[in-house]
Amino acid sequence: MSAEIITIASGKGGVGKTTAVASLGIALASRGQKVVCVDGDIGLRNLDVIMGLENRIVYDIVDVVEGRCRLRQAMIRDKRLPGLFLIPAAQTRDKMAVSPSDMMRLGDELRNEVDWVLIDSPAGIERGFKNAVAPADRVLVLTNPEISAVRDADRVIGILEAEEKGSPSLILNRVNPEMVKKQEMLSAEDVIDLLAIDLIGIVPEDKSVLIAANRGTPIALDKESMAGRAFHNIAARLMGEEIPFMDLEEQDGLWKRISKLTGRS
Amino acid sequence: MSINTDTIQIKGLRDGLLVTLGSGEWQELQELLFTQIDERSTFFRGARLALDVESQELRVADLSRLRDKLSEREVSLWAVISKSPKTVQTAQLLGLATRVSKTRQAKKTRSVVDAGNDDTALWIQRTLRSGMRIEHPDHVVVMGDVNPGAEIVAGGNILIWGRLRGSVHAGASFRTEASENSGAFICALAMDPTKLQIASEIANPSKVKQSKKSGKISLKNGKFLVETWRGK
Repeated sequence: MSAEIITIASGKGGVGKTTAVASLGIALASRGQKVVCVDGDIGLRNLDVIMGLENRIVYDIVDVVEGRCRLRQAMIRDKRLPGLFLIPAAQTRDKMAVSPSDMMRLGDELRNEVDWVLIDSPAGIERGFKNAVAPADRVLVLTNPEISAVRDADRVIGILEAEEKGSPSLILNRVNPEMVKKQEMLSAEDVIDLLAIDLIGIVPEDKSVLIAANRGTPIALDKESMAGRAFHNIAARLMGEEIPFMDLEEQDGLWKRISKLTGRS
Repeated sequence: MSINTDTIQIKGLRDGLLVTLGSGEWQELQELLFTQIDERSTFFRGARLALDVESQELRVADLSRLRDKLSEREVSLWAVISKSPKTVQTAQLLGLATRVSKTRQAKKTRSVVDAGNDDTALWIQRTLRSGMRIEHPDHVVVMGDVNPGAEIVAGGNILIWGRLRGSVHAGASFRTEASENSGAFICALAMDPTKLQIASEIANPSKVKQSKKSGKISLKNGKFLVETWRGK
């Protein structure tokens, strides 16, 4: 059992990385995989809240790095699914508490324990981001179809390519098909045109995400929601399956073009 | 003329200085280099520096920091030579030359534009992403897009075989080069820059925007001239 370590980054804040990490963790675990989600946002931790595990935190990632506990003691088991764990961030420290080499050591230790490590990167391109991508085998860049988000994503992709982390894959989050139709929002085509990386998933805007966040029940637990289903599809693609992109009620022509662009269905 | 210490050799070239670093830890070599420069600041001030780092493997952050630190000492780094392919690639990403001609009969295998002397155009075969900055004292050719947030500063012309959506400055003056060149021009397959400058004239981006046609922008009597670009 040697884990694949995946970091989700974006540059821009508030685009949905934490939601994605929580949801992908659940989606993979529900397929029988052993997953640990790691919150890389030291000082501004959120992954624990989104996963509804905040009341069960005893140790965090800084405790592990500074040797106050063993790795397993900091891994919180999510009772809803076997094989799903969380290593929370510290709230009373900041990003200087951990270094990229610390993260690489952590990654190496986790490789033998689980099938997947999902690291939630903080926003920005400084120390927190560098820490989060250091141990990654693969990076997923998450963005919204919105000009500033795409600009930041381009910067992040440039940094990842220059640092030789390979070409990341793209998750386009919070797509509103109605607005795209009315040309009030960037289309997936516009975004892919600029960023020029492989698309691994499109997640629609979904009101239930906010409700789920406040309840600590990640959206992927709700298989009825479009966003939940989209995350399950991404998890399937991570596992190597070929899943066509969901019909988000966009114009036929546009979907044919996206399918052609991404070589799917 | 050459100056030797154990690990740093400095030679004069026809057009600047060539510093060869011996083996050692990168941090220490850098410190040694800066000490040398600081001890002979008048000698180095305004110099164009080509640096031979032998087999050091340097990343974007390393070279970028080095260039900035040299810039603070008024030394302009224009070339990085190395046996390591990774370092060569990094240098190219930053717009640095990777070869230096030591005699007038230098091989011109890398030369894209023969400007009549040994200056070479910089050839970039990739899309420039937001945050990438290319500085080159001569012409720059990009096979790819220039995304918003990317910057090119060239002493010569800028030719983009792709979409120009970033910031460009052609005909710029470089510290130890000749003065700026208002005869420089900029070509792209689609023109939508966030900032466009030739020599010291800055264009109004909305006036030069041309998304569907390839264009050439130059200065005529101090005013910007936008032409649809056709070969002759």
